[in-house]
Amino acid sequence: MSPCLEIRRLSAVLPDGQRVLRSISLNVQPGEVRALVGESGAGKTMIGKAVLGVLPKSVRIVEGEMLIEGEDLGRLDAKARRALIGARTALIPQDPLTALNPSRRIGPQTTDRLVRILGWSGERADKRIRQLLDEVHIRDPERVLRSYPHELSGGMRQRVLIAAAFAAEPRLIVADEPTTALDVTVQKQILRLIAELQRDHGTAILFVTHDLGVVAKISQKVSVLYAGKVVEEAETADLFAAPQHPYTRALIAATPRYTDPYASLKPVDETVLAGLTAEIAAADKAWRPSHD
Amino acid sequence: MDEARISRRGLSPRLWLAGGWLLIALLAAIFAPLIAPQDPLAQDLMLERLPPFWLDGAEPGYWLGTDSLGRDLLSRLIFGGRIAFIVAFAAATSACLIGSALGLIAGYFGGWADRIISRIVDVWMAFPPVLFAILLVAVLGTGLSSVIIAIAVIDWTRFCRVIRAEAMSQARMDYVESARIAGYGRIGIMLREVLPNVLPSVVALLSLEMGIAVIVEAILSFVNLSISTDDPTWGGIIAEGRLSIHQAWWVLVFPLITLILTVLSFSQFGEGLKARFDPVLR
Amino acid sequence: MFVTLFGVAIVVFVVIRVAPGDPIAMMLPPGASDDDIARLRALYGLDKSIVQQFFIWLGGMLHGDFGTSISLRQDVLGLVFNRLPATLELATVALLVAIAMGAAAAILGARSRGTAVEAGIDIASGATLSIPDFLWGLVLILLFGVLVPVFDISGRVSPQLDLPFVTQFYLAESMLRLRFDLTWDLIKHMLMPAVALALPLAAIIAQLLKQSLKEVLDLDYVVLARVKGFSETQVILREVLKNAALPTLTLVGVQFTFLIGGTVIVERLFSYEGLGNMAIDAVINRDLPLIQGIVLVFALLFVLINLAVDMMYALLNPRLRHG
Repeated sequence: MSPCLEIRRLSAVLPDGQRVLRSISLNVQPGEVRALVGESGAGKTMIGKAVLGVLPKSVRIVEGEMLIEGEDLGRLDAKARRALIGARTALIPQDPLTALNPSRRIGPQTTDRLVRILGWSGERADKRIRQLLDEVHIRDPERVLRSYPHELSGGMRQRVLIAAAFAAEPRLIVADEPTTALDVTVQKQILRLIAELQRDHGTAILFVTHDLGVVAKISQKVSVLYAGKVVEEAETADLFAAPQHPYTRALIAATPRYTDPYASLKPVDETVLAGLTAEIAAADKAWRPSHD
Repeated sequence: MDEARISRRGLSPRLWLAGGWLLIALLAAIFAPLIAPQDPLAQDLMLERLPPFWLDGAEPGYWLGTDSLGRDLLSRLIFGGRIAFIVAFAAATSACLIGSALGLIAGYFGGWADRIISRIVDVWMAFPPVLFAILLVAVLGTGLSSVIIAIAVIDWTRFCRVIRAEAMSQARMDYVESARIAGYGRIGIMLREVLPNVLPSVVALLSLEMGIAVIVEAILSFVNLSISTDDPTWGGIIAEGRLSIHQAWWVLVFPLITLILTVLSFSQFGEGLKARFDPVLR
Repeated sequence: MFVTLFGVAIVVFVVIRVAPGDPIAMMLPPGASDDDIARLRALYGLDKSIVQQFFIWLGGMLHGDFGTSISLRQDVLGLVFNRLPATLELATVALLVAIAMGAAAAILGARSRGTAVEAGIDIASGATLSIPDFLWGLVLILLFGVLVPVFDISGRVSPQLDLPFVTQFYLAESMLRLRFDLTWDLIKHMLMPAVALALPLAAIIAQLLKQSLKEVLDLDYVVLARVKGFSETQVILREVLKNAALPTLTLVGVQFTFLIGGTVIVERLFSYEGLGNMAIDAVINRDLPLIQGIVLVFALLFVLINLAVDMMYALLNPRLRHG
């Protein structure tokens, strides 16, 4: 069985030629949660956007393949690619405050894909979204569906977005730091909710985060990113038990622990970073895009 | 930043083209008696509706042809430019002075001064400008000074609104506050701190306003309300051309091209200057 | 709003009373006796003090009495209402043309952002904006009246046609009566002046709407809509246009009043029998009551449009509606 998402040697550059993704390879198996962890600017969000075909116009993919359930996105024309992404994937966005259209009611906003892209009847879509709202523990779906986004709290909006993401039974969900913009107390609830729905629906998730604590709670596998490069890839449990790469070790050391929050935190070691930067610069010098 | 650089590079030729046309037109207007090939008022019924030089039936010396009274079109255009430029400079400068002064007062002092001036601007904005201009000229009597007064009286609001908004935001800035604490008088602060900041917008607006003044003058002479009917004006030639459009299209086409080039040049010139001098864009 | 209208009334009144030309003298044949002049002055109320005249006139207007036209010797309100529909129809068609052209250019520009198409739209709208409606009118007369004479460039409707209309809203009535032959004739007369009025506004809409479209196009909910599988055009029409239209709308309101102001000269240019054309005749004939009436109607129109724009803004913005 082919993986739900497979990325092979994906590289992308900015207009000035600077590489933002450096031969990324990773895969997400059906029903599994793969965390993508790294500091800001490491390119983790970029990978999610590349998979969903919504990279900023300035970023250009120069090599590599992306396959969703064995279908190579690069071999499809724009229309077919859009249809495939629309039918099999979904996005849980970072900021629930800006991810809902302020001038449309929640109802049509959460069901428009079911009706207009997947061709469901309005009745079926409505029933489906109510079922999902119930699964994300929204007690009064009637009111929520009739609301405009600004009438709901941030946590409520993120629940709505999660419900909408799962509604069409996508095979793959890209969760782009879905808890970062929320209050700490709400973060935990939302994380538990995503884990719950993921288990019930068996959806594969590419979970983008900068927080190793979140990685430990939700994912089975993890890829550690630095400067657009995967520096380590492992089962989540193994990564925490025996981190291989010095950068991963430094990252873990810099993360506060629930069991011992007052243990001294070490900032990521400068020499580790310097070594990494030199290594990447050397690789860049040798790198030529395989095509283009 | 990239975008700004690109647009600035694109602006320069615009600035030169626009400035070049304005300079040629201005020089032609100033030296009209020396340049014009014919007397712009001389009528000759033997020479009526001569076509421009490249068509059959054209007469040498009448480059752009003649109108239905046999008057030389090129000479009339050159002499018409005199009135257009006088109106442009005089009316736009007057409008600018009135509007800037009131705008500075309203924006900087606020309070009742602002309320009264803003109310007057509201009232002014409720008039259709062309109708207002025609009305004023009708009341003041036709003539060059009436046209200039009418345009200044109508269009000062354009300057007032821009400068009021700018002065208001400047008055709230820290450096104005510190200048005040340092003991400078209000008028001094206004002229020293606020004026230099609004200058780029005012220059752009002034250039734009000159173009508008040229158009308003043309409209007024088109409805026969500008200056005496004998003197050649661009609007007057257009009115003549509109009537004989099926017999002599050139009488409409050439003044129209002249007007379009002049108006475009004034607005592009202003934009170009603004881009060059605006500290934020630079 | 009422203060503005009152201010307009005062300004109109003051301007007109400064008029050096004596309208009474112009109405009478040369050699009329002083008695005749005095009688006429009294008839038009010109013998009272300025302040008295103003309040008599203002009071009369509040009762719907705008006075009698001196040159046409008819009730001013009746004359104005007879011509206003023609101007309103022209302005409405012009507004629709402007929105259609401007929005199409803006959407095309936003869709092809960063390409030569967008640069071309920028240059074209910049140049279009700099040329006023008066000159556009002349250009259109030359192009479509003389060079390729496909549209009419003079009048409101072909004079040989039998008109069955009971109102002055010819265009609306011709459609209601299903007389599409007349609708077509009216459109053929109206289109050129309407386009002349519309072009500068269309350019403004294109510039402003494209800018706000581009801003909205990078927001998260638009990205989400793309992930859902909607095409770029669908995304713009369904998710972006409404939110991006708000800033444009306010400006279009102000610009629409400029457009109506432009009808004065454009109607003259195309001999279109509307209010503006009548206004110029009134000025040339020094017809004080008629000028007053027309200017006040224009001012009222301007104020009402601004009010309508405010209301539409509130209607389109759910945050204001519920807040």
